[in-house]
Amino acid sequence: MSNHLVQYICGIADNSLILGQRLGELCGHGPSLETDIALTNISLDLFGQVRSYFQYAAELQGDQSSEDTFAFLRKEREYRNVLLVEQPNTDFAYIIGRQFLFDVYHQLFLEKLQSSSDQTLAAIAKKSLKEVTYHVRFSSDWVIRLGDGTEESHNRMSAAIEDLWIFTEELFSCTELEKEMSNSALGVDVSLLREAYLNRVHAVLNEATIAIPDVKYFQKGGKQGIHSEHMGYILTEMQYMQRTFPNMTW
Amino acid sequence: MSELETKSLEERFNQRIANDEKIEPKDWMPEKYRKTHIRQISQHAHSEIVGMLPEGNWISRCPTLRRKVALLAKVQDEGGHGLYLYSAAETLGISREEMFDQLHTGEAKYSSIFNYPTLTWADIGTIGWLVDGAAIMNQVALINTSFGPYGRAMIRICKEESFHQRQGFEIIMTLMNGTDEQKAMAQDSLNRFWWPALMMFGPRDADSPNSEQSMLWKLKRKTNDELRQAFVDQTVPQAELIGLTIPDPQLKWNEDRKHYDFGDLNWEEFWQVVHGHGPCNKQRLDARKNAWNNGAWVRDAAMAHAEKNANRELKQAV
Ligand SMILES: [Fe+2]
Ligand SMILES: [Fe+2]
Repeated sequence: MSNHLVQYICGIADNSLILGQRLGELCGHGPSLETDIALTNISLDLFGQVRSYFQYAAELQGDQSSEDTFAFLRKEREYRNVLLVEQPNTDFAYIIGRQFLFDVYHQLFLEKLQSSSDQTLAAIAKKSLKEVTYHVRFSSDWVIRLGDGTEESHNRMSAAIEDLWIFTEELFSCTELEKEMSNSALGVDVSLLREAYLNRVHAVLNEATIAIPDVKYFQKGGKQGIHSEHMGYILTEMQYMQRTFPNMTW
Repeated sequence: MSELETKSLEERFNQRIANDEKIEPKDWMPEKYRKTHIRQISQHAHSEIVGMLPEGNWISRCPTLRRKVALLAKVQDEGGHGLYLYSAAETLGISREEMFDQLHTGEAKYSSIFNYPTLTWADIGTIGWLVDGAAIMNQVALINTSFGPYGRAMIRICKEESFHQRQGFEIIMTLMNGTDEQKAMAQDSLNRFWWPALMMFGPRDADSPNSEQSMLWKLKRKTNDELRQAFVDQTVPQAELIGLTIPDPQLKWNEDRKHYDFGDLNWEEFWQVVHGHGPCNKQRLDARKNAWNNGAWVRDAAMAHAEKNANRELKQAV
């Protein structure tokens, strides 16, 4: 049971970890100082959440593991983040699109996780929700600004939403583990979030004058540890120090 | 305005500065004062944002989550410093776009230290310890500078820089308490950054033409050589404390002067980097230009959207 809970917590944390890592790549390269600082802030929030989750997971595991062994020393197949968050920083529209499509889910998810029967998880969710509420506002505002801005920004924002949309369905596909966790009131039944998600996303896309993508086929796999080709490179960079200089204190 | 009037204004202005009064953006000021301040404050701002790049280079590779969060926060602080300083310069009648333009064309300089590469994790510690340390040395004196907005920006910036410095030293100290490999990494980093850090104080006093005027305006309170000496005196004991060797065979405590004597800097390298030919000058400038150029459509969109919103509100009001 405890082992399943650890796995479940890792799955939640991995989304924040990989998205935070992607945002960290941008630091110093944003289109303006203000957006640069705001995206770094979001990255910081996400890593803060990651630390809370992994520290708790390490405590549950009760062995030699630590927040850093979870973050840096697993194999690619052991990371359970959704494919959406590992997508690259193609341009600012993709960065915003990826953020928006994840933030809306993240907010709905945390709203529910607050009522977890596990006190620690509920507390982390409550604290994170405050931060994520701000993330949703930031990314929604930018989707609207870019969608309803110039012709070029509209085209770029539309293209980003169109391309990223295929990764949204994975957010709501319940794995066996997620089912087990929601049945025991520890976790969230993500399949129940779909409707509210689509409502919120559609409202923003409408305001942004962006068409809702008409997609029939979706991509999934991250939750099972089957990632895109991007993932190996993300981990190569992220794990570089721990792999090159094992068992040292930094 | 007659020459006589200007002269009396200028006398009164100098008197105000001598009385330790602050000059505010709306006050009368000599053109040269305005220009000098625009130049210095904008170059300081450029240093903050170019300085984000060498450290940003390690965000994706930090060895632990704790270090990653701390580095992200530090680099973000530097962006914030850039923001305050650009705002302070804007009060003197120049736009941020103009300042960026001067940076991108090479007309405006930034601190040369950021033209050196960050090759190992230890460099992140060394930069915090030495580079932020040297920056504090330069900037603490500016808290009492004559131009109000600059002095006020310095108060907050210095507080954060001293936090960065302690954090950097702690990274190096951790390495020096670690394995032989970690110690070697720290020493190698100090070897590469020691001399460039000393170069942060600028040319020798004999080769530094603007000093006298800057002293009067309190843009400078100590000379380059005095600050460099103070930095060496402060840093050598710190290095010794944790077992690092300063890469200078001539370094020696001078009991008569009560200061460390140290070797001469490689001024050829100094001027080479200042003139744009350091190891990373091109890369740093290209990164800034790319960020700016690739962001043009984003800034245009934000402006277009704001205009659309304003028009919609106007229509509703009618
Ligand atoms: Fe700074
Ligand atoms: Fe700093």
